[in-house]
Amino acid sequence: MKRQKMITISRRNAIYLMSGVASTVLFSKYAIAKPNLALQKIKEISKNNVEEIDLFLDVPEIAENGNQVKVSFDIESPMTKDDFVKTVYLFADGNPAPNVAKFSFSTDMGACAATTRMRLSKTQNVYLLAEYNNGKFAMTKSKVKVTIGGCGG
Amino acid sequence: MSKIKPRGKVPKKASVDEIIEIKTLIRHPMHSGRMKDKNGKNIPKRIINKFLVKFNGKQVFGMDLEPSISTNPYIAFPFKAKETGTFDFEWTDDNGEKYSMSRKMSVS
Repeated sequence: MKRQKMITISRRNAIYLMSGVASTVLFSKYAIAKPNLALQKIKEISKNNVEEIDLFLDVPEIAENGNQVKVSFDIESPMTKDDFVKTVYLFADGNPAPNVAKFSFSTDMGACAATTRMRLSKTQNVYLLAEYNNGKFAMTKSKVKVTIGGCGG
Repeated sequence: MSKIKPRGKVPKKASVDEIIEIKTLIRHPMHSGRMKDKNGKNIPKRIINKFLVKFNGKQVFGMDLEPSISTNPYIAFPFKAKETGTFDFEWTDDNGEKYSMSRKMSVS
């Protein structure tokens, strides 16, 4: 009887130990993945001088197929020589690489908008970073739920 | 592999100061370097990494593409019509190849 008790305790201990190891592994994995690469890139490019505002970033709330996710944006700007959006970056924080695309705009375009299709490996945030001609930066983010990931591998 | 073929849609006619939409699509596998073929071997990375649009010789729009862009990259963007001219589109492949296309537009 006594022996059996000892066994159960040790088994329980073993389970605790295992869960402890598992959680350390899990958390360490998160600790590696946690420094949001997309946000890091945004900070790098904007030199930490970025304002989070509500720009129009159109992504689906739920993407059934992560291989072809339509993403479009439309940033309100007069697009004149004195006031225009120079560059727009797209980032995804759950993809193997955070960079998605970089768009270069010119005043000839009359509007700051574009549409493309991107891959999303899992449910994650999509970030948009806009660089204005006066050196200002603005960003916005949007969460996309992905049913089937689309990065291969 | 199917042939890489660019396609584009530009309105033939536009009025002055009208904002038109230009749509482009290029048939390209966009191998991200992470996909595997039927035998489980890695397909080497091969993507379109640059897209440039010139109007009458002047660059108006550019895009740098990363592996996160889907197969057969579709790109649509606006343009303010001011004068008659020609659009030159150019895609650059990882292997250095360039694919180009031009479209005319008349503005009245």
